[in-house]
Amino acid sequence: MGDISEFPFSIQLFLKTYRWRRIDPIPWTPLAKPLAECRLGIVSTAGLSMPEQGTFDHKIKGGDPSFREVPSSVDASELVENHRSDSWDHGGVEQDRNLAFPIDRARELVERGRLGSLADRHLTFMGSVTAPGRMIRDHVGQAADIFVQEGVDVALLVPV
Amino acid sequence: MCNQTVCLIAAELERREISTVVVQLLRFVAEKVRPPRALYVPFLHGYPLAVPNQPEKQHAVIEAALRLLEDDSQEPPVLVDYRPGPKEVQV
Repeated sequence: MGDISEFPFSIQLFLKTYRWRRIDPIPWTPLAKPLAECRLGIVSTAGLSMPEQGTFDHKIKGGDPSFREVPSSVDASELVENHRSDSWDHGGVEQDRNLAFPIDRARELVERGRLGSLADRHLTFMGSVTAPGRMIRDHVGQAADIFVQEGVDVALLVPV
Repeated sequence: MCNQTVCLIAAELERREISTVVVQLLRFVAEKVRPPRALYVPFLHGYPLAVPNQPEKQHAVIEAALRLLEDDSQEPPVLVDYRPGPKEVQV
């Protein structure tokens, strides 16, 4: 569980030899107010998109670096899952999109008063990006701009 | 690679003064990439919030992540192991 031993040998070898990006220096934003007053944005890398948005492109070398905006009002079951990797079991997300994009859970937390509010737009990527330079250069800044525009205070980021 | 991707996005959000917490399914990736705050979960890939269609188990993971945001005693990189209840280990 949660270990590379769940992957085929070829994937294990790739993960062991891959040159992982190192965040340095590490940016740090402490929580500025109680969560009950904070606005939450969700980022999922499960390759989810709205039906009309078009799916992620599996042919892009190094991985599709783009992202999709998903409205907070979305019916999670309508999201299309189009992650290219076959290294993980898609069955759980197929059953319940909240497993990787917990929009219903987030709404419940607002109803309970644990969180203040939700962004009107959340973000989805297809996380199978082996060459993240283009994603960082051309897309991550745009994604961050959206959360800034949304007044997001805290973000929950969920991989698969 | 999803684990690295969320870390890199989190870093940019933190630079924009948004507090972040990432879920991580591979502990060694979090150790290498060093996102500001990470919750390592001992679940299979594809199951970052434990179990499909079980809201309270998903809430338990999310709550653990939210507590990392509230803990002002730590300095980055924060990497904490999620301790699931006995019924959450098997997916």
